[in-house]
Amino acid sequence: MSIFILVIQLIFIPAFSPLCVGIIRKIKAKLQNRQGANIFQPYRDIWKLLHKDEVLSRDASWIFRFTPYIVFAVTLVVGMSIPLFVPHVFGFMTSDILFIVYTLAIGTFFMALAGMDTGSAFGGFGSSREMTISALAEGGFIFSLLTMALIVGSSNLFDITSFTRSINSQYFLPMILAFCGFFIVLLAETTRFPFDNPATHLELTMIHEAMILEYSGKRLALMEWAASNKLLIFIALGANLSFPFGFPMNVGFVAIALGIFYFLMKMFLFCVIIAVLESSIAKFRFFRLPDLLLISFIFNVVAIGLIYSIK
Amino acid sequence: MLKFFAKIFKTPKNIISFSKNDLNQMDFFEIGEKIQDKVKKLFRGSLAIRQIDAGSDNACEQELIALSNSFYDVERFGIHFVASPRHADMLLVTGPVTRNMAKAVKDAYDGTPNPKIVVAIGDDAIDGGIFKNSYAVLNGVDSVVPVDYQILGDPPTPTIILYSLLKILETVEDKTLQKK
Amino acid sequence: MLEIIASPISFFILLSLFFVGAIGSLFFYKNNNQANAWSSFFVISGSLVGLVFSIVNILTKNSLLFGLKTSFFSFFTISFHIDLLSSFFVFVISLLALFCSIYGIGYVRHYYKKYNIGVLGFFYNLFIGSLILVVTSSNGILFLIFWEIMSISSYFLVVYDNHDDDNVKAGLLYLVMTYIGTSFIILAFLLLYKYIGSFDFLVIKDNIALIPASIKNIVFVSAFIGFGLKAGIIPLHIWLPVAHPAAPSHVSALMSGIMIKSGIYMMIRLFLDILQPVPFWWGLMVLVVGSISALLGVLYALTEHDIKRLLAYHSIENIGIILLGLGSALTFYSLNLPALALLGLIAALFHTLNHAIFKALLFLSAGSVINEVHTRNMEEYGGLIKYMPQTALFFLIGSVAISALPPFNGFFSEWLTYQALFQGIAQMSFVTQWIFILATGSLVFTGGLALACFVKAFGVTFLARPRSKKVTCAKESALSMRLGMGGLALLTLLFGVFSGYIISIINTVSQSLGIFKNSSSAINISSSQSMSVSNGFSSISGPLIFVLFVVTIFLVVFIFKKIINRKQKECTTNTWDCGTNFTPRAEITATGFSRSIILIFKGLLKPTIQHNIEYYDDQNRYLPKSRTVTLNIGNVYHTYLYQPLHIVINKLSVKAKTIQNGNIDLYISYILVALMLALLVIL
Repeated sequence: MSIFILVIQLIFIPAFSPLCVGIIRKIKAKLQNRQGANIFQPYRDIWKLLHKDEVLSRDASWIFRFTPYIVFAVTLVVGMSIPLFVPHVFGFMTSDILFIVYTLAIGTFFMALAGMDTGSAFGGFGSSREMTISALAEGGFIFSLLTMALIVGSSNLFDITSFTRSINSQYFLPMILAFCGFFIVLLAETTRFPFDNPATHLELTMIHEAMILEYSGKRLALMEWAASNKLLIFIALGANLSFPFGFPMNVGFVAIALGIFYFLMKMFLFCVIIAVLESSIAKFRFFRLPDLLLISFIFNVVAIGLIYSIK
Repeated sequence: MLKFFAKIFKTPKNIISFSKNDLNQMDFFEIGEKIQDKVKKLFRGSLAIRQIDAGSDNACEQELIALSNSFYDVERFGIHFVASPRHADMLLVTGPVTRNMAKAVKDAYDGTPNPKIVVAIGDDAIDGGIFKNSYAVLNGVDSVVPVDYQILGDPPTPTIILYSLLKILETVEDKTLQKK
Repeated sequence: MLEIIASPISFFILLSLFFVGAIGSLFFYKNNNQANAWSSFFVISGSLVGLVFSIVNILTKNSLLFGLKTSFFSFFTISFHIDLLSSFFVFVISLLALFCSIYGIGYVRHYYKKYNIGVLGFFYNLFIGSLILVVTSSNGILFLIFWEIMSISSYFLVVYDNHDDDNVKAGLLYLVMTYIGTSFIILAFLLLYKYIGSFDFLVIKDNIALIPASIKNIVFVSAFIGFGLKAGIIPLHIWLPVAHPAAPSHVSALMSGIMIKSGIYMMIRLFLDILQPVPFWWGLMVLVVGSISALLGVLYALTEHDIKRLLAYHSIENIGIILLGLGSALTFYSLNLPALALLGLIAALFHTLNHAIFKALLFLSAGSVINEVHTRNMEEYGGLIKYMPQTALFFLIGSVAISALPPFNGFFSEWLTYQALFQGIAQMSFVTQWIFILATGSLVFTGGLALACFVKAFGVTFLARPRSKKVTCAKESALSMRLGMGGLALLTLLFGVFSGYIISIINTVSQSLGIFKNSSSAINISSSQSMSVSNGFSSISGPLIFVLFVVTIFLVVFIFKKIINRKQKECTTNTWDCGTNFTPRAEITATGFSRSIILIFKGLLKPTIQHNIEYYDDQNRYLPKSRTVTLNIGNVYHTYLYQPLHIVINKLSVKAKTIQNGNIDLYISYILVALMLALLVIL
């Protein structure tokens, strides 16, 4: 049973993340009065890319070749360690909040290095911008998870999910503030509006896309898949930590099926919110983004202050 | 904000429909060598196009931009435009290749991973068009890179471009079936 | 057998090895190779003896107290007290000395024709010997003597490369700042002597109740300034980024790795051991200074494009992180939470060890690069990964470790520091809690910015195309250099994976301090090497993380390389350059990389831009010949702290000069007044 859960937990995030991206694109297209591609289009894109040949740059070193595997493996490791549809994964001690944050940072580190590796101007400034945003977003990220950990009294993500169901109503306001801070970080780390336009063709406006301009074939498929995995990981964290309705309390086939159903509902809701947000606002000028990330940090600090002034 | 969303929902749908019969009436030219088997299976579901402007008068580009609007909506067929030749499956070249852009087109071709398709779109790209035999142009894309398909017109309307793209994808499949 | 190893005899063997190595090197001043071999042999054997000595001491929980009785001065006794804390620091010193000396065998060859290797060997052996003596001496005067020897020998090592004027100036600044620090330390010791009557540390500890509270606070402030200056806290850090780059690279590694930690050692010794019990605002002050140093250190590192200055600023940042752990330990102990205080101290000690290892690794790889390319300016590097692949790998491992990415050792020590701070937020009262929240905020941003800085450092140095011709002549470093670096790289991984075991040893070391004698441990290490903080707040497991990463990466590589699309072909071509020809100027530069961050933090960093234009014809300024743009960072400390101090001291000195105006009659009247005062006092 536990092996079964482990395997499902491992393949859940990679299996459903292209669907997530497809839903967001479809909703955006509908809002633009277009029909848009099928929601399963990203799966076809990945499949096609996996079967193409590759063109590599002469200046690239082993870091460029190896990064897609590392980045994808990192999203798998994190995907295995976060609460998705079971209340605990057997024997795992990798659900510490700091571990999640720093493991995702490994992916960012190698992706930025790969962007610089080919020596093109776009990759270089893409890496520079990505590291600036990521350095500042880490503050909001750790602090929002910390707020939830302080409310519950444990920094294990599974404990946070289990205990959030039964917290006192006096903690609602800090929880909501922490979630707002977390949502801003979600937009930053997954390169959504207002931080980055994931569908842009203008290299001067790219942040994440600029680093993967040199990839082709299998490696490009892995990088794009890893980016959508990261989106689903953040959605899962936001959904299950702040709104654990429908999260199963015990382990059994019915409970798991129900857990997966509720999780997919929450994922759909998040996709709708992100798509509507992307269609309503424009991308911010780069130097306004640190202000937004600082707002996220301040939300979380105020939430921590509120927790203890209540006690 | 609410007025904005209300407007979105009130705007009528104006997308152009597409049926197989329309395709048979289109004709376009296909030159170059036969494309291998692998291509058709890959590109039916998803095609990434990189558009190269080799010194064109931008008429074709305007029509290509129009392909992404809510009338023609090329994205519903799984076709989308990408920013780098490394990500592309199909190179859509416009303009008679000017001398200064010859190297750029060649580099883009070399930088596109196999399997790939090259389409010359517009009269200018096919044989020089209105700029034919000028000292500054090389008279068409096939003087620089091997071209697989051509789409006629100066410029071809978005409808023609759309149907031609779909027909290319269909024909690529049929050709393979005939071979068997 | 173990008793002999853990006895004073082996300590004296250790010291004599360094002594013989030092004196012997001077005899070989004519022959470079022999001097190198002699000094390296003695340092390596000395550090091996030191390693064995300290490990045996720690594992058998043995502490030594011995000394020689001298009869001429009552306050000056030659006594050594080697308890577990000192053994721990001896362990760090020996470990680092071992690998840096192995590296040095190959590195020093680069100095053969230009300078005297015998002199280098002399000062090097003296430096390491004095470091070991500093952390083991138990008498204030003895300590100061060895502290002086350490400072002077490191001064001579800093100005060793004296053909370059900048190095000599750097040495002078270093010397002046060190003496300012030493004077504050002397002040602290003198105050302790005045109220207790002895310089011996154990005697001071037993009689600490004799000091009134206000004097204790003055002792704290002056000791903090003195030892903090050696450690490199902001704003007393200005010597660090000029002195560490000037020294030879293996010496820079030692200075950054362990010399600044001697300041930390004395802070732990004084504040947590000798001067206890202390008021709790001491801990808060250490915490605040630590968070400021960490954040500002990493911001200044981002502005640098000299690779060794960048690494020196990162040392300041990591000292800030160590002080965060130390400050939380002090605060918790003063509020009667000894278990949490243990947690903070373990975090500080573990980070000391880890920082020594990965900072040394980074300095050694930077030294190899500088050796081959002959410049420290990062803007002239690029593409070195193709010419020096193993050095690049070691630098990458060092960068990953210092950015606190799992599964390397930096992650686990930062994890512990975070846990100490989190417990502070959870359990403290209002004002203290907010200081802990701000400290956590500073640590969080520090981690993110350090990551950005090392992407810049590694990317600009090793990746893409060469930016100057010098790079194309580079070759891989010599074997001994690679051995030294490789050993340290392996240690970063091992100390990360087996961090549970290391932390349990550090736990034992911390519990040996007097104040923690009866406290329970704050960290539980289970048999499968997983650690958890005592009230169940968090837990993590080193080996599990490592295994998880290895298995997942192996799985991904296997599936995507071997199973999907095996017939894929890869062809190589130029980078996509939009049809132009890429010159090296198309790549991003170190300055450009961090410009965004500098502009975001412009309130703290005060960047300046200066434009210069040179015209063909000065009268008719129409055609410019060249334009220069200079990007700079405002030097805040010089302008607001040191310059005003300098002006005040100058003014006072000018006023005091009037006493000596050369008039003989005035001098005679001085003598008269002095005689009358002396008579009055006696009568």
